[in-house]
Amino acid sequence: MRFRAKILDVGCLNSFTRVVNTISKLTKTCTLRLTADNLYFMLSDKVANGGVSMWCELDQGNFFDEFQMEGVASDANEIYLELVPENLSRALRTAQNAKSLKAKLTKKHCPCLTLAAELPSLSSVSRVVTHDIPVDVIPRKLWHDFREPTVPDFDVSIYLPPLKTMKNVIDRMKNLSNFLVLEANRSGQMNLKIETDLVSVSTHFRDLGNPPCGDGGSQGASQDLETMAQARVDIKKLQQFLSSQQVNPSKAMCSKLIYPSIHLLPI
Amino acid sequence: MDCILIGSNVKVLAKAVQSLSRLGEELYLEPQENGLALRTVNSSRSAYACFLFSPLFFQKYTPPKSSTQRCKMVIKSVQAVFKSLSSLEKTVEKCRIELDIEKSRLTFTLHCKHGLLKTHNLSFQDSESLQAVFDKEGCANTLTAQPKLLVDTVLHFPPSLEEVRVSVNDERVLFRNHVEDEAEQSKAMMTEFCLSAEEFDRFVVNMHTCITFCLKELRGLLVFAESSGLPVSLYFDEPGRPMVLSLTDSVLEVNFVLATLSEEGQPRNHNSNMRRVSEPPITDDFMNDDVDYIIAMEAGELAGDSDWPEPPRHALTPPRLHGAAGDQQESSGECEDEDGQQGAEETPVEESGRPPNKKFRSLFFGSVLPTPSQMSNRTLQSQEVLASDSEDEDGSPSP
Repeated sequence: MRFRAKILDVGCLNSFTRVVNTISKLTKTCTLRLTADNLYFMLSDKVANGGVSMWCELDQGNFFDEFQMEGVASDANEIYLELVPENLSRALRTAQNAKSLKAKLTKKHCPCLTLAAELPSLSSVSRVVTHDIPVDVIPRKLWHDFREPTVPDFDVSIYLPPLKTMKNVIDRMKNLSNFLVLEANRSGQMNLKIETDLVSVSTHFRDLGNPPCGDGGSQGASQDLETMAQARVDIKKLQQFLSSQQVNPSKAMCSKLIYPSIHLLPI
Repeated sequence: MDCILIGSNVKVLAKAVQSLSRLGEELYLEPQENGLALRTVNSSRSAYACFLFSPLFFQKYTPPKSSTQRCKMVIKSVQAVFKSLSSLEKTVEKCRIELDIEKSRLTFTLHCKHGLLKTHNLSFQDSESLQAVFDKEGCANTLTAQPKLLVDTVLHFPPSLEEVRVSVNDERVLFRNHVEDEAEQSKAMMTEFCLSAEEFDRFVVNMHTCITFCLKELRGLLVFAESSGLPVSLYFDEPGRPMVLSLTDSVLEVNFVLATLSEEGQPRNHNSNMRRVSEPPITDDFMNDDVDYIIAMEAGELAGDSDWPEPPRHALTPPRLHGAAGDQQESSGECEDEDGQQGAEETPVEESGRPPNKKFRSLFFGSVLPTPSQMSNRTLQSQEVLASDSEDEDGSPSP
């Protein structure tokens, strides 16, 4: 099992850092899957009782100038590692103006992902900072836990309003209630509602736009444009997602289903 | 003592106080012939800092007529005088500090714009002088760097990091975070930062060595250094010997002295290295108790046992370097009572199979004292504090 990669471009380094920062805000530990072409950051939490699960796929070519890996076996050319994304984020933080960043899998006191950044210095010799991030190698027999979540049939798919606006609204609503009802329809309308004994507040968004239906859409079910599909979510989790977004997606898409499950997909 | 500061020097003094406040809780103020000294020491006595402002720093400096005016006070109260550093520069034109021992008053008078006068009367305690003895020139290694270099280095380590390990050879310096706990080692992220010798203004390495010290204690100095722009010099030697950081210019001398972790399993006989004023008589019970206290303190911290015998009471008073002669006599009387405890305190140190523990020199202030006869003759002033490196592996000095 081997892994070596290098980032030489500062822009790529910054983008990669932003992605890692987003993930580190969402969860304490996550799984990193390495394949020949991609990196995946995955988290599968108990979705049944309002947990958050996350799947992030990155094309390695977008970030790395060099990328070599050899998986656990020739017929399973992949590596699954469990790590603390906060460590990765911290290592990357001070390397933002690095001339180069090398990453490799090593074995020090335990298996580690070692990042070495070459930083500009006042002299001819560069400064080198090396971080050894401890990781756990996930054995092959557990790999099936980390399958890509299939996007199930959904009722409504809608583009979200600017995340900043949404975050502001939800931050204020969080003080009033623990749960929020999110409803959306196919004519680009979305409402965020909370209701308590004392007060009910709702925020309405219009003209948001719906992405084209595609295969996921339940064709048979109500095609009525005005019907709202509703889902009740824990505000804190929603807020956590929104505050973690550092990547500034141009659009975020939200798909809703009959039974409460919201998929938020930053694009 | 009476002195007047004007203009931007007020801010410098305020920053010095702030820097000291990050290290210790009490400020020791001592006006000397060669200037005003502000000192502090941390609670575990493993770090000491001193800002010495020469008379030139002041518009007017009148040293005390009687030679001994020393006071200590809670540092927060001095910080309160200089709060809001940013507005200090704009509003305060002049600051006057008067120390009147007879009337027990330390007065800070801030002359501000528009004729506003703020007077702060601080109470203080008389104290012994706080002074660590260290020999910068005698250190094997000296590195001098611009403060930005060190600030950049420290950035790579998390603010919560306690201990850092620095190793030098002829070409480079390596900074690493140090993890003591075996259990933590497998989970902690290890960071290593390498600086080449060329980045330093001065890089003199006569001994390839690796020292470990507490980074947190230095952050106060680094903030001050960065704002002053003065180059920082590091003086260090072998592990166990204190490390000194200093900043100097024509009107100010700053010294931070930190204890370093000694190598484990290496009996350190420091007798030859100690700069003692006089060899302590090993039959002196008073001395023995100090040693035991040091050992007890260090071992006690580590074992964290609550069933430790209480260290001798006299040892608890902060730097008993130079109490009045009378104090010493009294203390030695007390310590004789504690004889019975000595054995108990020593034992854990001699246990083998003890888990590796920090052996910071928690007291490098002298508890090293001359014989009782000498003590009574001593004047209060010439007290030298010596690095009490008396932690010999074999326990207390043999009687």
